[in-house]
Amino acid sequence: MARSSGSLPRYLATRIALVIPMVWILLTVVFILMRVAPGDPVQASLGGRAPAAVIEKQRHELGFDRPLIVQYGDYLGGVLHGDFGESTSSNRTVTSVITHEGAATLELTFAAMLFALLVGLTLGVIIGRFRDTPLDVAGRLFGILTYAAPVFWVGILFQLLFVAKLHWLPSSGQADVLQDLRLHDNAHTNIYLVDAIINGDWDGFRNVCVHLVLPGLTLGLLVCGVFIRLVRVNVIQTLKHDYIEAARARGISERRVVLRHAFRNALVPVVTVVGLQAALLLSGAVLTETTFNWPGIGQALIRYLNNRDYVMVQGIVTVFALIVVAVSLIIDIVTALIDPRVRYS
Amino acid sequence: MAPTGAVAPTSSVRRGRLAGLRRALAPVSEARGLPKWVLYAGLVIVLGFAVMAIFAPLISPYHFDQYLNSHGQRFPKSGAPSGAHPFGTNIMQTDVLSHIVYGSRTALEVVVIAVVISMLVGVPLGLFSGYYGGALDRVLVLIMDAMFAFPSLLLAILIAFLLRGQFTFLGAAFSGIMSAAISITVIYIPQYFRVIRNSVISVREEVYVEAARVLGAKPRTVISRYVFGNVVQNVPVIATLNAADALLTLAGLGFLGYGVQPTQAAEWGYDLQRALGEASGGVWWTSVYPGLAIVLLVAGLTLVGESLNDLLNPVLRRRQLLPVDPKAMAAEDEKVAG
Repeated sequence: MARSSGSLPRYLATRIALVIPMVWILLTVVFILMRVAPGDPVQASLGGRAPAAVIEKQRHELGFDRPLIVQYGDYLGGVLHGDFGESTSSNRTVTSVITHEGAATLELTFAAMLFALLVGLTLGVIIGRFRDTPLDVAGRLFGILTYAAPVFWVGILFQLLFVAKLHWLPSSGQADVLQDLRLHDNAHTNIYLVDAIINGDWDGFRNVCVHLVLPGLTLGLLVCGVFIRLVRVNVIQTLKHDYIEAARARGISERRVVLRHAFRNALVPVVTVVGLQAALLLSGAVLTETTFNWPGIGQALIRYLNNRDYVMVQGIVTVFALIVVAVSLIIDIVTALIDPRVRYS
Repeated sequence: MAPTGAVAPTSSVRRGRLAGLRRALAPVSEARGLPKWVLYAGLVIVLGFAVMAIFAPLISPYHFDQYLNSHGQRFPKSGAPSGAHPFGTNIMQTDVLSHIVYGSRTALEVVVIAVVISMLVGVPLGLFSGYYGGALDRVLVLIMDAMFAFPSLLLAILIAFLLRGQFTFLGAAFSGIMSAAISITVIYIPQYFRVIRNSVISVREEVYVEAARVLGAKPRTVISRYVFGNVVQNVPVIATLNAADALLTLAGLGFLGYGVQPTQAAEWGYDLQRALGEASGGVWWTSVYPGLAIVLLVAGLTLVGESLNDLLNPVLRRRQLLPVDPKAMAAEDEKVAG
């Protein structure tokens, strides 16, 4: 990324400047996908068998009869002003979907990430340290299984076990009807967990937590497999370095060598990959939300796709693209702050 | 990837363009112990599914959309496993086992088409972009990075949504498979592009490539004879790992209703979507078996890919003789991340 920048401010400036072409390209890709790709959007949204007059009318209403370049300018201009459009199938704006459904998704992904980091980092270090032992085989098998099992299948298995068999946890939704209504009416941030704390609504808080367990665990397992594999490889590579040998030679305990000397350096690539996981998390969230009927943005996207609500789909996808760019920017900045090699390379 | 081309420039000249691949695969036949068994276990699973896919009509007790038995009676709806239906029947009143067997056919067709197409597009793009550099390279890298950063399943859903009904000229059954495969292809092109381009950039600077250029070889000759053979070794690893990932994407598409349609072929992801509603009621056979099939095949492909990576990657290989190259490690990290 940084070509010749030696100082941190200069690196950051270069990196932030790179966001502009990245955003522009992603928005252009979204636009091209939605307008130029085969499959006319209006025809698709009307089901393909609509009479020509109806198609023409809708085309005009949505502004699709204008030259492509004008539509493109309109789209980019709207995004720059934070205007992502308004639904054609309901009277909601994309922004309202982002703030409401987005908050539910944030809650889910936060829980998942927390679980994934805790389990993934711990297991990754252990099996990396004990490479090629039965422990390593078991750990890698676990990593492969969490990766190989589709999120929605894991979700269904959890439902079979914890809902159908043991009756421990609820199978769907973000909260029970009563608590849901109460939290909805007294919303501050739209994030139920946070709102419940602000309101001092401990009953609601408990209820939301109970609902969060299965979806969070399901999505977390998906990402945790990636962390296990990555941390393992990095610990193995780091343990081969001379400075590890030097630390061992100085008589530092193996435990300390692994945890203090190797683990820290093995973490640097993990930070980078956490950023890449944002995309995986968003994909996984769509599936997890559908499995647990979680009222998040992924489920909203599928719903609007099924309703063929074209503007809404484009708006949500645009926001996803912006999130991905923002996360990758943040991650690059964090990496530069913790690893001097990045900015001097 | 480490610039392994530096090892034996003369043999590369003598044995042609696949020398790199052959040399790169040598560690596989030399492998001993655990990595070898992991590789074999993966291969056995994958070949098992391939056999099931090819001989589906012979193995499967019923056709995938058959809902009447030989007496003209309907199969039970979500019937528990029994003698006539060892894996039970699902909510569509079809046989779960038959859906597993025919589903392997769908999965393999889609995955093979998707991997081959993304390879055919991604590898040449990476070769030319990396070799020639310049403005075209920069633009391609930006586009590919943007696509790579985008949530892959969402990209596939969007493409599948737009491609719906676009391949009807291929016949009903195959059109669904084709549009699913194309939707998946789009995700994986950037991966081939990135890996190939990055290794071309390091190979391009090797002395033997320079020598070929000095001797007056045309760019086409240099790329096909000297560069290609030394970067192609990355492809088997990416291809198997991508195949595993593609399978999951296909199932995800099916689960969301944007994959192969139920009238076109049996598809495990779609079966799981239909099984979802029954899970909290305790009907387990409609979800457990299709899910197990996905897990097994994905795990098999991953085992093959991972052990190939372990065996072929000089950075990870146990008997390490070369000093660690930070550039190769960075490339490796990227690949692990991908």
